[in-house]
Parts: sequence; structure tokens; C-alpha cells
Amino acid sequence: MTNTFRALLTGAAIFVAGAATAAECIAPANPGGGWDFTCRQIGKILYDIGQVDQPVQVTNMAGGGGGLAFQTVVNERNDDPDLIVAASVATQTRLAQNAFGGATADQVRFVGAIGADPGVIVVAADSPFQSLTEMMDAMKADPGSVAFAGGSAAGGFDHLKVLQLAKAYGIEDVRTIKYIGVDGGADAITQTIGGFTQGMTGDMSEIVGFVQSGDVRVLAVLTEERVPGFDDIPTAREQGIDIVAVNWRGLYVPKGISDERFQEWADRLQAVADSDEWKEAMAANGLAPFTRVGNDFQAFVDQSIEESAALSREIGIIQ
Amino acid sequence: MDILSNLALGFSVALSPWTLMLAILGCFIGTIVGALPGLGPSNGVALLIPITFSMGLDATAALVLLTSVYYGAMYGGRISSILLNIPGDEPAMMTCLDGYPMAKNGRAGDALVISGVASFVGALLATVALMLIAPMLAQAAYLFGPAEYFALYLLAFSTLGGIASKNQAKAALASAIGLGIAMIGLDNQTGLPRFTGGNLHLMDGIDFLVAIVGLFAVSEVFVFIESHGKGSALGVKLGKITVPWRDIWETKWTMLRSSILGFIAGILPGAGASLGSFLTYMMEKSIAGEKGKFGTGVVKGVAAPEAGNNSAAGGALVPMLTLGVPGSGTTAVLLAVLMTLNITPGPTLFADRPEVVWGLIASLLIANVVLLLMNVPMVKIFVKILMVPPALLLPGVMMVSFVGIYSLTGSYFDLLLMIAFGVMGWLFRKLDIPTVPVILGILLGNAMEDNLRRAMILSDGDAMFLFSSPISIGLWVAAILGFVAPIFLRRIIKKPTVPDHAKPVD
Repeated sequence: MTNTFRALLTGAAIFVAGAATAAECIAPANPGGGWDFTCRQIGKILYDIGQVDQPVQVTNMAGGGGGLAFQTVVNERNDDPDLIVAASVATQTRLAQNAFGGATADQVRFVGAIGADPGVIVVAADSPFQSLTEMMDAMKADPGSVAFAGGSAAGGFDHLKVLQLAKAYGIEDVRTIKYIGVDGGADAITQTIGGFTQGMTGDMSEIVGFVQSGDVRVLAVLTEERVPGFDDIPTAREQGIDIVAVNWRGLYVPKGISDERFQEWADRLQAVADSDEWKEAMAANGLAPFTRVGNDFQAFVDQSIEESAALSREIGIIQ
Repeated sequence: MDILSNLALGFSVALSPWTLMLAILGCFIGTIVGALPGLGPSNGVALLIPITFSMGLDATAALVLLTSVYYGAMYGGRISSILLNIPGDEPAMMTCLDGYPMAKNGRAGDALVISGVASFVGALLATVALMLIAPMLAQAAYLFGPAEYFALYLLAFSTLGGIASKNQAKAALASAIGLGIAMIGLDNQTGLPRFTGGNLHLMDGIDFLVAIVGLFAVSEVFVFIESHGKGSALGVKLGKITVPWRDIWETKWTMLRSSILGFIAGILPGAGASLGSFLTYMMEKSIAGEKGKFGTGVVKGVAAPEAGNNSAAGGALVPMLTLGVPGSGTTAVLLAVLMTLNITPGPTLFADRPEVVWGLIASLLIANVVLLLMNVPMVKIFVKILMVPPALLLPGVMMVSFVGIYSLTGSYFDLLLMIAFGVMGWLFRKLDIPTVPVILGILLGNAMEDNLRRAMILSDGDAMFLFSSPISIGLWVAAILGFVAPIFLRRIIKKPTVPDHAKPVD
């Protein structure tokens, strides 16, 4: 009996680690996170709508905030045409800040994003700030008077969102803006409701429950237009601060594959984006539509990395 | 009676034959996973996630299965702590301190029964508290900012000296080493890597599970090989299991106090079950004083951490369900499962999805009863797994350690680290340096540092901010008392007893 159970456990472990099959999607994190979701949902829909013949194998490769998977792809799988890797804005920010141990964005090809988690700026229900501009005015008078909590480390995307807004509003020294990185969006909200910070910066999906319960108010959503289903939340753009910051969910592929294969993945991704299954999955997970595939997406990522790098340099995250 | 009707709803969900079977299966798997050194609740839950999906379980059924595994592992962890001196999972670390000496004194059966009952009491009280006051308790998280968390972690470290009864300096050295190891990895406040030497494997820091398996399980194997079994923990004999009613009755206040303290530690996000079992053990140790003989195999030393860690495990579900903030590694995995099942934990969960929440609570109550039966009358089944001859057990411990650690990140690097920690544990044992403070340093070091630095960012570096709320002042006072009191108490208590010890033995 003993051995049966040990065998069972080992079997389960091997099941997680994964065996080689046709198409493989690497989620550069443990099961359960955003990257894992991207791989599992896109992989499942690709198979369900007949874009691939065999179920997509999901491999979890956590480490280095995605850097381990990135380096593995670059060094060991550079010409694997059946490999896709989950990516998001965090991948982009870390590449901009050279956080992948010297790896650069041009070592892979970003094939597309199909959906994005809109950035939000949130305050506690009893906060004196009624609009984003009131908050920014207070920061202009004294940049240290408004402290933010967010789910990413300093210099991460949540932090950069605040800095982008402040710069766009004409606040000169963005380095004096206080930001604490905590363990995830819910923790950041807790700190804000508790009054330890005055604002929370995060993604729409992280705050939905707290908005419904009335514990927090959303001052602005950082999208081009208001998000369907959240029509009473104004965008930053309509408050006069033209910043769009969304946490896109997408994929990259190895650099060494042919242009035809690259285009093939781009087309498949487009097919997923157009499917009803994906629309349902997006709605259930608080994602807004955001479809950019192929060379169009690559150009978007390149430009975003340039902007993030410039901002990170300014606040001293990178030299 | 809202709660009763809600509970009725919960039981109507949980008592279907299908979910009941899942609960029993989950308890069984959980206890085994917990008992096997190297596999803990977070492995157990993580390993079952893909199985849950492939079985196509709905949200409630998946939750029942996974939380049964979670509770089961919390129960099972004590078995190898007591029999092998290797904690089956990290919160069971404190159970080694008295559980293993009890086993060596020939009281392994008593230790298993008492700790099983303590686990039941802790988990039951926590589940009842979860049921009655979870939404209110969630508010507690709003009271804890960076300054308060820093003081809380400081409290844990201030009592560490007492863990090594002989040499406090060695305990301090061990916790300094643990804190040092914790500094490796990404610095959360700047996003820059520290002490990684450019190695991507070290970017996420060193997982405390790697350290705990290395320091306890692998080093135990080394000691066994070196001594050919003499002086090693492996191979403790277990006689007939009887219920020591008297001991259980005598530990009733210990169990109750520990359940309450453990639950409080559990509901604070980030503190978790390990802190719960540590604080309860230290609390009982200081209540009992020198006469309590903690560390030599006393029943209270087994009952306290087990009641504490099981109630903390229940407590950790409170912030997870009501705020979406995981209170421990395992609840982080559970949270991820909920999200994948399209359930968003948060303040509206209790109102939006009552069938999920109350189904979960009902199944926790059922799991608890099942676990008590499995872990007291039927504990021998699990003991058998650990009671195989050394020729099988040694490779078995190694194999499970390797599988468990590999399943964490799927990286060979962690395996090398684990062996390095094994060597370190073996050396520490030769030098009589306690290993528990190393684990605590790794476990809490980052959180303690992060909160100090967050506090400094918010206050522009004003140190007085650390004492700015009643909660933080209270925790500081407790920490200072915890640090100073043993020194004075020892003097006061020791003086009259000195002549006793000093008597010539001739």
C-alpha cells in the first residue's frame, strides 16, 4: 500500500511537470497566476475551436519573475515552432529594466495580446479625493502627501502607472512620490482601506469585489474608453490626463522560427480572440478587450519597453 | 437564526455522497502528504490542482477536496515530527521539540493521540470562529499596517532565544543566518536582485521549504548514515496506542489558549500557521516556566503547537475568503484555485456565493471529524508508512524530499540547494546549533524587512512611526517582555534550585 501511494504521488508530480506533446505553452510561474491562466485558457480554446489538433500542453516554469523561462527559450528552444510562452506587461517592464539577467526583448518575438486588465487608481470610500485631478493637485502641492500601495515591487508596473499619471499632470520630481510594494492587489487595498496609504494602484480584476462592497472608490480607469460593465468609472483621459496603462495578456514565441510560423501563431491567436469562449473567459476574469497580433503587437511592445526604460531611468531603478 | 439556516445550506451541499467521498479522500491524501517529510500542505494542494481540473469538479466539490487535503496535511505533519524528528510540513516544526523526545521516552503513541486531539480542538474552534465571525474578523486586517506587522514579527524573534535552553547565543547565530538567507533574492521595495550573483534561480529567493527539507529530512539521513542508525531518530518503536485521558484533560487550557492565539496569528495576512505554532509553543513554555521542562518531551509541548497550527490554518482562511489576501503559502494556492474557478474571494463572497462559503465551512467540520477518526484510532495506518525498515525508509525519505522539492518550481537548482542545506543541518547538529531559528529567519525575514522599509517610506524615515499605534506599542511591549523576562525569570527560579543540582553525587 505504501508503495502504491508513493507511486501515486510521484505520478501526480510528473503530471504537473508535463510530458512532451505537440504544442506547448510555458507559463513562467506556478499554477494559478495570470500567466498560468493565459496558457490554460488560450491552450484550451485553441484546441476547442480546432486551431490545433492535440490539446496544448501547459508547462509551469517559475523562476526569476519569468526570467528563467525567458532564458530557457532563448538558449535552449530558440527554433521550436510549437512553443508559445505566456507574457504580460510584467514581462515587458522587466525586460525594460534589464531584470532578466542581461536578456533583451529582441531575443524573442511577441506574437500577440488578446485581452487586458485595465489599470485603476483607487481610494478608500472615506477618502477626501473625489476625482483624479483632486488627487493630482494634492500631489502637485506636496508629492509626499499621497502614498500609494500596489501589488508590484517598486519600479513595477503598478508603480509606473502612478508615475506616468504624475508626469502627465506636470508633477516635476516624481521620485518623491511615496510607493510601497505589497504582496498583491488585495493586500494593497487592505492597506488603503486601513488608511496606511492614501491611494491604491492596481488592475481592475483585483478590485471588483471591494468596489461592489462599497469599501473603495475608483478615481480613474486607465483605458482609452470606459470599460463595459463599469460604465460609471471615468477614464483618466476624460479627466484630462492622457494615460493609457493596461496589463495585457499575451504570448511570445522563440526568435528562430520562420515568418510563416510566426504569422500562423498570430492568426491562431486572432481566432481565439474572436471566439465566444474567449469572450466569456474575459468577462469572468475582469479582462477588457485588447487585441493586437503579429507585427503590430511587436511594435507596440517595443515602444512600451522604450517608455518604461526611460521612466525607470528617471526614478533610478536602472542606470 | 441566519447562521443555522446558512449552515443547513452548507451541509446540504457537503453531505451529498459525492462530496463526502471527496472529503474522506482529501483527508486521507492530506494526512499522507502531511506525514511524508518534504511534502507539505502547499505541495499537496498544488499537486491536486491539475487532478481537480481534469476530473471536471465544480467549485464546491473542488474546494471540499482541496481544503480536506489542507486540513489533512496540517494533521499529518505531526506524525513524522514525532516519530522521525523530521517535520512533515513547516508548521509541524515546533512539534518536533517535545514530540520526538516523548517518542524516545517510549511515549510515541501518547504523543500521537494528544497531538491528534489538540489538532482537532484547534481546527474545530477555528472553523467555528470562521463560521461565526469571519466577516467581522476581516476588519482586523485593516488595523495592521507596516509598523504593526514589523512589531508582530519582532515579537516572534524576541522570544527565539528561549528555544535553545542551553545556549542563547547559538539560537541568535542561527536566526541571524536565517535572516541572512532571507535577504537573497529580489528586493521587494526596489525590485532589484540582491546576493544572487546574477543567478536567475536565486532571483525569487530561497524557498523555506527547500531549507526545511534540507535541514531536517536530508540531514537526518546523513546523521543516520554516519552513525549507522545509532543516535538517529529513524526507527523509533511504537507500541500499542491507548488514549491518555488524564494528559488530555490536563492540557485542556493549553489547547484552548493555543487555539485562540493560533487563530489570531492565522487571520493576520502573511503570518500563517508556522508563526501560530511558534508563538503558542513559546507562550506555553513561558507560562510553564523552567519547571515545565519544555523540550524534554512534555505533553503540553506537543499539544500547544498542534492546536496552534491547526487553528492558524483555519484562521488563514478568513483573510483569504473575505479579503482575497492569502494568510499563508497554502491559502495562496487555494486562492489561485478559486480564481481559476471564477470565484473571486473578497468582501462580497459571503453574500454572492453563500453555497460555496457555507459548503466549505460544512465540509471543514466534516473533514475535522473524519480527520480525528483517521488520526487517533486509525493513526497506525499512517504510522506504518513511516515505520518501514531503514533500508526502505532512507531512500523513501530522500525520494519524497526530491519529488516534493522538484514539484515546487521544477528546477534542479532547488535540489542542489536542498542537499546544501542537508549538509548545513548535519554540521549544525554536530555543533549543537538549533535549526528552527534558521527556518524562522527565512520564513519571516523578508516580511519583517519589507514592513520596516514600507514603514520608513511612509513616514519619511521617522522611527517614531513604528510606535504610532496602540497595537504596535502593545506588540513592542510584549516583544521586550518576551526577550527580557526569561533572563530574569531564570535567575529568580534558578537560585533556590542551585543547591539541588550542586549536590555532590558521590
